[in-house]
Amino acid sequence: MSTSFKHSLYVDRESCKGCTRCMKQCPTSAIRIVQGIAQVDPEKCIDCGQCMAVCPHQAITIKGEQFNTIFSYTRRVAIIPSVLIGQFDEEVTEQMMIDAIYDLGFTDVFYAEFGIDILRTLGNHISVYSDSLPVISSYCPAVVRLIQLSYPSLLSHVNLVKTPSQITSMYARSALENEGVLPEEIGIFYISGCAAKVAQVLNGPSARKELMSGTLNLDTLVNMMQPLLSKPSRSDKPFAISHPLPPITSSSFLYSVTGGESAGMSGRKMAIDEIHNVIEFLDLVEDERLSPVDFLELRACDTGCTGGILTVRNRFCATERIRYSGSKHPEELPPDVAKRITERGQDLLYHLKSERLTSKPALSLDENPIKALKKLEKAHAIEQILPGLDCGLCGYPSCRVLSEEIVQGNTSIRSCSVLKMNSPETLNRLEKIWGSLPRTIRDA
Amino acid sequence: MTYSYDVQAKNFTRAGAVSSEFKKELKKLNLPSALIKRIIIALYEGEVNVVAHSYGGSITCTISSESVIITIQDTGPGIPDIALAMKEGFSTASDEVREMGFGAGMGMANMKKNSDSLHITSAEGKETRIDLSFLLTFEEGT
Ligand SMILES: Nc1ncnc2c1ncn2[C@@H]1O[C@H](COP(=O)(O)OP(=O)(O)OP(=O)(O)O)[C@@H](O)[C@H]1O
Ligand code: SF4
Ligand code: SF4
Ligand SMILES: [Mg+2]
Repeated sequence: MSTSFKHSLYVDRESCKGCTRCMKQCPTSAIRIVQGIAQVDPEKCIDCGQCMAVCPHQAITIKGEQFNTIFSYTRRVAIIPSVLIGQFDEEVTEQMMIDAIYDLGFTDVFYAEFGIDILRTLGNHISVYSDSLPVISSYCPAVVRLIQLSYPSLLSHVNLVKTPSQITSMYARSALENEGVLPEEIGIFYISGCAAKVAQVLNGPSARKELMSGTLNLDTLVNMMQPLLSKPSRSDKPFAISHPLPPITSSSFLYSVTGGESAGMSGRKMAIDEIHNVIEFLDLVEDERLSPVDFLELRACDTGCTGGILTVRNRFCATERIRYSGSKHPEELPPDVAKRITERGQDLLYHLKSERLTSKPALSLDENPIKALKKLEKAHAIEQILPGLDCGLCGYPSCRVLSEEIVQGNTSIRSCSVLKMNSPETLNRLEKIWGSLPRTIRDA
Repeated sequence: MTYSYDVQAKNFTRAGAVSSEFKKELKKLNLPSALIKRIIIALYEGEVNVVAHSYGGSITCTISSESVIITIQDTGPGIPDIALAMKEGFSTASDEVREMGFGAGMGMANMKKNSDSLHITSAEGKETRIDLSFLLTFEEGT
């Protein structure tokens, strides 16, 4: 089975020590240690960034665009999440940050969450496209991918509305083209605070109207902004112009922190953050054990996107700052902004819904249930022999996973270091039963 | 392929552990998700009943190429009137159990509804044994 899904994380072979921390942390058991180096299974990874967070050697990094690629375009649009504002303390005003982003070379700056205001302006209410209750938010791409891989029965619950940044990006493109800017002159860059959103852009729609040109890592941008922020303020420099703050309403500004999205939903709703909590809730919904609720906001990161792996500031402080800054924004969009959105309505209205999601089952041992059962039986028998320590020395997250990988022909029982040490004779005998070499190597 | 699990009485923090463990195993078989859902809903109800109403017991789940058979066996105190227990809304759940969010009297009906066959052996002062079976069909909708 080959994958076409592009991931954002990669392991630096030089820095990785094969310490198994990431492997043990991964909520989807996507990591193996192969010849002393962590390897991510693209079929199982949901780009949650947990592995990166626990790596003591900074060996896991996220592919972002080189900053200079923005200069391949004459109109350079930055789509910034409100999380960016949370990265600085009170001394740095929102105005200073926005000016710094322009100073870096962007010609247009939008808040990603402005997409919610666009949606509201065009639809009067937040659109919900889903077939079953509770409606599950499609905002966090790590959660959506987790559902595709492990909870296919819940796909009909997922709200198929485009994400705020996708909508903002479509709007920006439409507005610029309307000004007469040529499509190829427009470069739209999303500043991402997490691995999942980088992957989302990498795998995003290729329709020209909706295309983003790339993502920049939020931490990189914060570092680049720093020296520009420490410059004397603009009031001391009479010729420097201050740029207008990008428009956004106060409620949209809070959209990405826990509770921010569900606040705008009607009916009974819950906001759940952190990946293990999310998994617990997906199980509850799947087993029909959740008491009646209409909407579920699910975020892979603790406190929501302020907990994203590419953020730099303490997530609680960042959340507080976002709430504070958000309160300074108006409750309604200024009429001229709303009018501009309405004028672009024709370009946007038919593109607000995202594509239907397909299941990508990553859990089954075989497509054919009968064969899968045979494999499960065999794996179960192997597991009985394994020491059950889940030590990870074999390069697999648990004895159970190792037994399944042996059955899949991906490795041999010889990879169990504990068996090798304690009872080499048993191992020789077992090898006769379960095979000595990984099939992949044998076949080569 | 048989899985055996122990179930402790009155341990509500663990209630549901067996069904979630077994669900993970079923998901490895690429069975229709609607079928997995039926099995897990029924198993969960049986498991919670052992926790809530019995002195504790065990559950065995056997998967073959034709069916999934689940046997829920406890150590008493038994069900005096099985037909009554099966009725929707009938419950003898204590206040303590109700505070945990159980006791709507829907569990047994749910087991019946979601399984392909249900067989209960029990009597007052005896052990309760519930046999559930699910035919493996591979075409069930998702
Ligand atoms: N294993 C058991 N041992 C003894 N009595 C039981 C057992 N299982 C069920 N019962 C009896 O049958 C009644 C009905 O069970 P049922 O599962 O339908 O409802 P409940 O457990 O009371 O509530 P709910 O399942 O809706 O939370 C119980 O209240 C209890 O009196
Ligand atoms: S990003 Fe998440 S899912 Fe992917 S390998 Fe890392 S921990 Fe696992
Ligand atoms: S919660 Fe937000 S930051 Fe975290 S993975 Fe999801 S979208 Fe990214
Ligand atoms: Mg019950």
